[in-house]
Amino acid sequence: MANPAAPVAPSRPVPARLPLREIVPWAVFAAVLGLVILYFVGAEQGAVSLFGGTGIHEFMHDGRHLLGSPCH
Amino acid sequence: MIRALLVRGMLAGLAGGIVATVFAWFIGEPQIRDAIGFEEGHAAEGGHEHAAVTGGHVHDAAEVVVSRGVQETLGLSVALTLFGVAIGGIFALVFAGFHGRLGALTARPTAALVAGGGFVVVGLAPFLKYPANPPAVGEEDTVGDRTALYLAMIAISVVAAVVAAQTGRRLAARLGGWNAVVTGGAVFAVLVGVAYLALPTVNEVPADFPAAVLWRFRLASLGTQAVVWTVLGLVFGALAARVLDRESVRSNELPAMTNT
Repeated sequence: MANPAAPVAPSRPVPARLPLREIVPWAVFAAVLGLVILYFVGAEQGAVSLFGGTGIHEFMHDGRHLLGSPCH
Repeated sequence: MIRALLVRGMLAGLAGGIVATVFAWFIGEPQIRDAIGFEEGHAAEGGHEHAAVTGGHVHDAAEVVVSRGVQETLGLSVALTLFGVAIGGIFALVFAGFHGRLGALTARPTAALVAGGGFVVVGLAPFLKYPANPPAVGEEDTVGDRTALYLAMIAISVVAAVVAAQTGRRLAARLGGWNAVVTGGAVFAVLVGVAYLALPTVNEVPADFPAAVLWRFRLASLGTQAVVWTVLGLVFGALAARVLDRESVRSNELPAMTNT
């Protein structure tokens, strides 16, 4: 109890809270980028196709099946 | 701090993707091989629209775009590691929101709970309605509808989880932590259950597709996702504890920081 301003300081440290306003911009960015990656792994050249052909679909084929995305 | 967590999330996701690749190679690939064998058997009989080509998996062209050898090694590992990194980055930021807000839980148990929740919400709950299908299962014309339904099920599950978490948080003061968590879980189960009943059922398994292959493939699919989330949660927890638990001690020494 070296700190007089915190007389009821618990013996265990309290986990730090990160301010939500600092998290949100990162979260938005990571979600957008992450969803783009997940789209290319899971859906491109399946139901929707941005690039022609089937190269991405066929390359990701096995992972796509095992990750559960609807595939052909 | 957020940057440190994001980096660790992507690293932990990468680790999850790598371990999942090993799992998928030994547990999932044999089922995919069996399913392609079934597909090719049908194509040879001429009774099936899909014209599968030996060594490659092509539906209507006689041209092999990516060979089976590449699909089951490089393709599999790239798909799973990209999935792991993307999920890991998003996971890190969800974790950042929960850390310090789940009672006195420290980094490692928080990471384990968020990872377990992530598996249930975006993996298990959508899977139970629209399970993964091996090659040769699923009609080409309905892929658009099936993709939309699958994504809708994931979105509903995420919304249900948010509603459940908010409900639990509001009730925590009145009911106590345990009862609030149980109530939140019940809210999630009911919302997802209603969606199961409301959304159309999809069953495009060919009548003579071997049931054992389907069962083993679906278990392998669920297992692959479980491996990604388990490794992600445990590795991330270990990495995050090094930065966060230190930070917690420091902020505990500075009373002004504890409420941020």
